[in-house]
Amino acid sequence: MPVTPEQPARDALFLGASRLATWALLSLLLAILLTLVIGAWPALVEYGPSFLATDAWNPVEDVYGGLGALLGTIVTAVIAMIVGVPVAFGVAIFLTELCPWPLRRPIGTAIELLAAVPSIIYGIWGLFVLAPVMQSTVQPALAATLGQVPGLGRLFSGPPLGIGMLTAGLILAIMILPIVTTILRDVFQTVPPIYRESAYGLGATTWEVVWHVVLPYSRTGAAGAVLLGLGRALGETMAVTFVIGNAHHIKASLFAPGTTIASTLANEFTEAVGDLYTGALIELGLVLFGLTVLVLGAARWLLARTGLEGKAR
Amino acid sequence: MRILSCLTLAAAFAIPTVAHADNIAGAGATFPYPLYAKWAEAYRAETGIGVNYQSIGSGGGIKQIKAKTVDFGASDMPLKPEVLDMAGLMQWPMVIGGVVPVVNVPGIKPGDLKLTGAVLADIYLGKVAKWNDPAIAALNPSLALPDQAIAPVHRSDGSGTSFIFTDYLAKASPTWKDSVGVSTAVEWPTGLGGKGNEGVAAMTGQTVGAIGYVEYAYALQNKMTYAQMQNAAGQFVTPDGASFQAAAANADWANAPGFHLVLTNPPGADSWPITGASFILMHKTQDEPETAKRVLAFFDWAYRKGDQMAEQLHYVPIPGKVVAVVEASWAKNMSDKDGKPVWTK
Repeated sequence: MPVTPEQPARDALFLGASRLATWALLSLLLAILLTLVIGAWPALVEYGPSFLATDAWNPVEDVYGGLGALLGTIVTAVIAMIVGVPVAFGVAIFLTELCPWPLRRPIGTAIELLAAVPSIIYGIWGLFVLAPVMQSTVQPALAATLGQVPGLGRLFSGPPLGIGMLTAGLILAIMILPIVTTILRDVFQTVPPIYRESAYGLGATTWEVVWHVVLPYSRTGAAGAVLLGLGRALGETMAVTFVIGNAHHIKASLFAPGTTIASTLANEFTEAVGDLYTGALIELGLVLFGLTVLVLGAARWLLARTGLEGKAR
Repeated sequence: MRILSCLTLAAAFAIPTVAHADNIAGAGATFPYPLYAKWAEAYRAETGIGVNYQSIGSGGGIKQIKAKTVDFGASDMPLKPEVLDMAGLMQWPMVIGGVVPVVNVPGIKPGDLKLTGAVLADIYLGKVAKWNDPAIAALNPSLALPDQAIAPVHRSDGSGTSFIFTDYLAKASPTWKDSVGVSTAVEWPTGLGGKGNEGVAAMTGQTVGAIGYVEYAYALQNKMTYAQMQNAAGQFVTPDGASFQAAAANADWANAPGFHLVLTNPPGADSWPITGASFILMHKTQDEPETAKRVLAFFDWAYRKGDQMAEQLHYVPIPGKVVAVVEASWAKNMSDKDGKPVWTK
């Protein structure tokens, strides 16, 4: 294309516009942080660091601690990752490496559709379908097997209620599955066919191709997919509210009800009366903000330290 | 043209109070919302004046009326007289409703199970943890109670229903009063939390061994297994319109300063013990007396013509003699900036 006299002006305009968009995004982030700090100020002043040291949550006495919600957020997200991520890897590898061609499109589309289901549907399904099954079958079975293991057994003890941390974690696992699978599949598809064909040509098995070629090539992208899933698990609100039981006290058993930061906010914000109550809730939001930054930062650092970032592109 | 009509439509939804200067706006408690909405519809059909009521919750209603963004606020928890004075507000009861314990125990049918306030408090304290506990069995010698863990279900959101329920438990159990207390949201010692009446109803229905508490209308709509409760007179009563009415009739509104009265555990052999009123909040000094007058006219209309609609929705209307006391307090306590009374009738 010939260079016209307007070209430099247009370039400058484009540069300015994209720069403005970037700064707008960053200042939005700062504004959110600032708003959270201002809103949480009464609670920050009143409780200080001890806010994260107790699971007391008493609107009558105006005593609040975020430990129960913080722990619940982390525990449910961890359950979701333990259950969901291996399955997502399996499905994505099946779709890109093993699945017969005519089936790839339909199965892929079906998974993308799952990702589009609103979270409240998962919550209702969890409460009306999954929770009764958990109470009548899954939890008694877990208590009879894993519950008998010394130490670990405490996680699977207590009366089976159906509703609780374990059910919430499982719902989250199902919810992050489609999004992680879809991204993993796209990432695996970026592996140049020539790499695969070379490996197969050398006599590698499908397993060897996946383990030695596909996964190393797509490590950064795969980590990104898992992080996106983790982000969704940490911030998921309505589905968790339905099945977690919304109790602030920390219990050793995963069968017991708990709460997460997002579900606490969804439950209590509308009816929170008084500066301290509202402040404590906003401080929970601040804690979630910090937790997300921490998780993303830690992941970046891990990737950078192992020298994987960039290299695998 | 199309854009213009879209804009008009958007504006009509966004700022209904500006579009029609005659309309009145309120916000607050979710518990009376179905009734207020029905009243508003009938009132509009009769007078052309729209009432825009948003059920954002009692806490939100109190905030909004303090900030004067609405003409009236609604709360299920009466504010204490000193709080009212500080904010320059007044309140009065608008409608009465009952809170009902509902259970999900295999083999137990509606009305079978009998409970006392003390046992109910012990269940929610976690002291009575099995359905075949001697404390429950002693009240129900004829029932075959299973060896099943009790899952007490409470509201996870702040709620007037929880206020009425915890107020009753505090009156029935000194331990509850000292260790948990009374509020729209408390530190529940045990159990599961469900969001809203529908959340508690659903969670109770889905969890075998659960006990919950919901507004009577929800228990009816969901065909839930309600329990009988022992009232202050020692009688076991079934929740229905008659037992709520009896509770309301035995309340002494005339001698309650600022109408600060909670109806739980009222006297009377037929009274349902877990009953509560929902309240309306307005400013004592009105910057726009004409608007205030329109609001009061709506409530006056609701008191006089709304009883049947209330009963259809399983609420209990405020008794006539209480209405007279309420309207006298309007005339006495609400005025414009110059001290002229707003309500003269």
